Amino acid sequence: MFDEPSNLFLGLLTGIFFGFLLQKGRVAKFPVIIGQLLLKDWTVVKIMLTAVAVGSIGVFTLVSMGAAELHIKPAMFGGLLLGGLLFGIGMSVLGYCPGTSVAACGEGRKDAMVGVVGMITGALAYVWFYPRYQPILKSFPDWGKITLPELTATSPWLWVLGLLILAATNAYIFLRRSTVAVRHDTRRRGNARTD
Amino acid sequence: MMEMLRKASWSPYVAGSLIGLLSWFSFASVDKPIGITTAFEYTAALITQAVSPETASTNPYYTAPDKSPKIDWEWMLVIGVFIGAFISSRLSGDRTSEDVPDLWRKRFGEGVSKRFAAAFIGGAVMMFGARLAQGCTSGHGISGAMQLAVSSWVFVVVLFLSGVGTAFLLYGKKGANHV
Repeated sequence: MFDEPSNLFLGLLTGIFFGFLLQKGRVAKFPVIIGQLLLKDWTVVKIMLTAVAVGSIGVFTLVSMGAAELHIKPAMFGGLLLGGLLFGIGMSVLGYCPGTSVAACGEGRKDAMVGVVGMITGALAYVWFYPRYQPILKSFPDWGKITLPELTATSPWLWVLGLLILAATNAYIFLRRSTVAVRHDTRRRGNARTD
Repeated sequence: MMEMLRKASWSPYVAGSLIGLLSWFSFASVDKPIGITTAFEYTAALITQAVSPETASTNPYYTAPDKSPKIDWEWMLVIGVFIGAFISSRLSGDRTSEDVPDLWRKRFGEGVSKRFAAAFIGGAVMMFGARLAQGCTSGHGISGAMQLAVSSWVFVVVLFLSGVGTAFLLYGKKGANHV
């Protein structure tokens, strides 16, 4: 029932850093998550894109050194399409995603605590009804554990580079826009004072 | 250093980069990707086994080759997320005991039980979906996407479209102006 103690400790440590960063990144907040889904507040996308771009360098370096392996889920379209659809609906109603729900509990948010109880209930339903929906999921195509570089017969480094360019461009545009906005703001305030 | 830790928020690029570096650490230390919802599934499986061993013995879930419910690395990670967010919010004072978020109140009213009912159902539907897809915004959205998994990129696109569609149905364009 229990994993090795050293693994449990490393899991706890990794989790503490992850929760800390989610809270500092402001994604443990209802208005930030809903703001993203209403396409008003892009914090969630900024964090995810940056994490994916930075993470991909390390992961593919470790894999090419033989120090780690890829751990990916199979492209089973039934589960991905139905699951993604339900996930989006549930996340929109709850206002947090699974990791940020737990982080929001740490921040004291009561609705997130109720959400986590709902999440355990959803997991129970998944286990109980497992025999019922498996045949439905299996009727969809399954491409197996495949990566985008494998699918397109290209080098993973091409994709890593692409992600880095995308993340850097996104950061550049948003940061530039916000400094311009601040400059306008101070100028406006400066004018108001002289008026 | 301490001043930095006491800040209420960090730039999303700083937080995102550090989450990326944290993934290097998780791959290098235990060769596992960061994820959240498998731990919830295993918790549910262990509860079912404890409460009703008969149902568990007839459920093919328990004999599926890719299922081994236990208290593992990821389970402790979820506990850690709670602790980490608690520490972060205590250091900065960015804490709340809010039960009905403002944006929700503007659209659906004051009712605490209404908000809690929605949070419960939303959480349940979201988790069921996450397990069908075998991942969430962390496992697929961050960890799977950085490994360039086809499954993760498909999931992220579908969940985003579904989430955006639902949010506009719930809050409308007017709601978007309240954010």
